[in-house]
Amino acid sequence: MKFTEEHEWLESDGDIVKVGITEYAAEQLGDIVFIELPDVGTSVTKGQEIVVIESVKAASDILAPLDGEITEINNAIVDDPSMVNNDPTGEAWFFKMSLKNQGELDGLMSEDEYRKHIE
Amino acid sequence: MTELKKTALYDLHRSLGAKAIPFAGYEMPVNYPLGIMKEHLYCRKSAGLFDVSHMGQLVISSNTHSMQFIASELEKLLPIDVLGLSEDRQRYGFLPNKEGGIIDDLMISNRGDHYFVVINALRKEIDFKYLRENISREIDVDLIKTRALIAIQGPQSEKILSNLIGELSSLKYLDVNNFSYKGEILWVSRSGYTGQDGFEISLPNSLCEVFCKNILDQDGIEPIGLGARDTLRLECGLCLYGQDLNETITPIEAGLKWAIQKVRRTGGEREGGFVGQEKILNQIEEQPYFKREAFFPDGRAPLRSGTKLFSDDSGKNEIGVITSGGYSPSLERPISMGYLNHNKFNVDEPIFGEVRNKFFSVTLTKLPFVPTSFKRN
Repeated sequence: MKFTEEHEWLESDGDIVKVGITEYAAEQLGDIVFIELPDVGTSVTKGQEIVVIESVKAASDILAPLDGEITEINNAIVDDPSMVNNDPTGEAWFFKMSLKNQGELDGLMSEDEYRKHIE
Repeated sequence: MTELKKTALYDLHRSLGAKAIPFAGYEMPVNYPLGIMKEHLYCRKSAGLFDVSHMGQLVISSNTHSMQFIASELEKLLPIDVLGLSEDRQRYGFLPNKEGGIIDDLMISNRGDHYFVVINALRKEIDFKYLRENISREIDVDLIKTRALIAIQGPQSEKILSNLIGELSSLKYLDVNNFSYKGEILWVSRSGYTGQDGFEISLPNSLCEVFCKNILDQDGIEPIGLGARDTLRLECGLCLYGQDLNETITPIEAGLKWAIQKVRRTGGEREGGFVGQEKILNQIEEQPYFKREAFFPDGRAPLRSGTKLFSDDSGKNEIGVITSGGYSPSLERPISMGYLNHNKFNVDEPIFGEVRNKFFSVTLTKLPFVPTSFKRN
C-alpha cells in the first residue's frame, strides 16, 4: 500500500489502483454523512478535486492522487457513508483508477513514511 | 495572531480527549472522542454537559435605584416585557439597532436585586459597550469574568443535577434560583439551547472543574462539544447569532415575534419606546416579505450556511440564502434554515440550493424539525 500527503491510500492490482482514505483521515473528518464520487470514465489529473465528503460538521474534498482514469466506483459508501468511519482501509474504498504513468506510484509514501508524516 | 482564551474547563477538556477549535477567541471543544453524531444522540436520549463559559455574563444593578427603574431603562433598548418579568424568572430577548436589526440575542433573568443577562460570546464586548453607553450612569453594568457557565441538557439532566445540588422538581422551564455546592453559590436556570429540558449553571471559575468532574461521574451523562450543540439547536430551529441573526435582519424577519410581548406592541400598555421600534412594530402589522424558513434538502447533500437559493436550477432568480444547515442526527437527513425573499417567487415554485456549481432541490417545511421538550409544568 502507498500513501499520499492528503491521507489517501493506494493499493495496486496489475494496472489498476484502488484508492481510499486512511484511518487517520476518517477520524479527523468525524461522522461522514454524504459522499459524491466521480463518474466512471472520468479522466483526472493529480490534485484535482474529484470526491466530495461531508461530515456532520463540514465539507471536504478528496484529490486525485495521480493522473489517470476512473474505472470503477464504490457505490456502497454512497449508500452508507458511515462505512468510511468503520472500515476506511477495507470495505470502504472510494474508487479504482488506471494510471497514466504507473511509475509515479513509486514516488508516493510507504506505510512507515506515512506514519511519520501524521505524527 | 492573538492567543486563544481558555475557559475554566480547559484542562478537563484536554483530559477528556476533546478536539479543540478556535471559537469566538476561545479554544473550545468541538467534540470529544464519542464524536458529534453520538454526542448529539446521547444528549437527546440521556444527558449532556456543555461548557458555554465563552458566553458573556452580565450583571445589571444599581445602588441608588430600584429594579423597576432598571427595568424601565432596559425597556428603552429591548422590545420585550422587562417590567413584567417576575423575580427568579428568565426570558428570551434581543437588542435591536435603530434600523431594527439585531445587535445580539440574549437571555435575561430577574434576580431580585439585579438582572442577570447571558449574551453571545462573539458579541459580548459590543453588547457591553452598547449597554454602558445607552443606559443611565446610575445603573452598573458588569461583564463578569469570575464565573464559568455550563449547561446540562437532556431528559436525565434533572436527576443527574439533583444528585449534586438537591431537589429540582419545583424549578420549571425558565425559572431561576440559587443553589449551594461546597459552600459556593450556583445560579441555576431551567433553560438551555438544545430545545430539551435542561439547566444552565453559572458558578465560580474555581469551582467549575470539580463540579463538572462530579457531574460526569454520574451515570447517564457525557461531555458534549460545540459541534453537537450546533446540530441540537438547529434541529429545534433555534437561531445562532452571526448566522441566522445579524445587524441587518429584524426579529420579525427572523420569526421571533413571539418574543415581543403584547404589552410592547402597538396598542399595548407600554407600546414601542424601544430602539428600532418603527421598523419592528411596522413589520408586526405588515408581515415582512423577507422571512426565516425551514428546508429539507431533497437529496442527501447537506446545504450549509451561505448556500444561495434560486427558484430555478440554472441560478437565474436568486430568492434567498441558507444561514444554518447540516445533517440532523435525530432525523438522519440533512436539514437547513435560511431566508427567503417572498417578493421574488411563489411558494408553489420549486427551490434549489447551489453547492459546488450544482443545483439541489429543497422542500419548504416548518420549524422545529424536532419538537422541543421543555419542562413547562
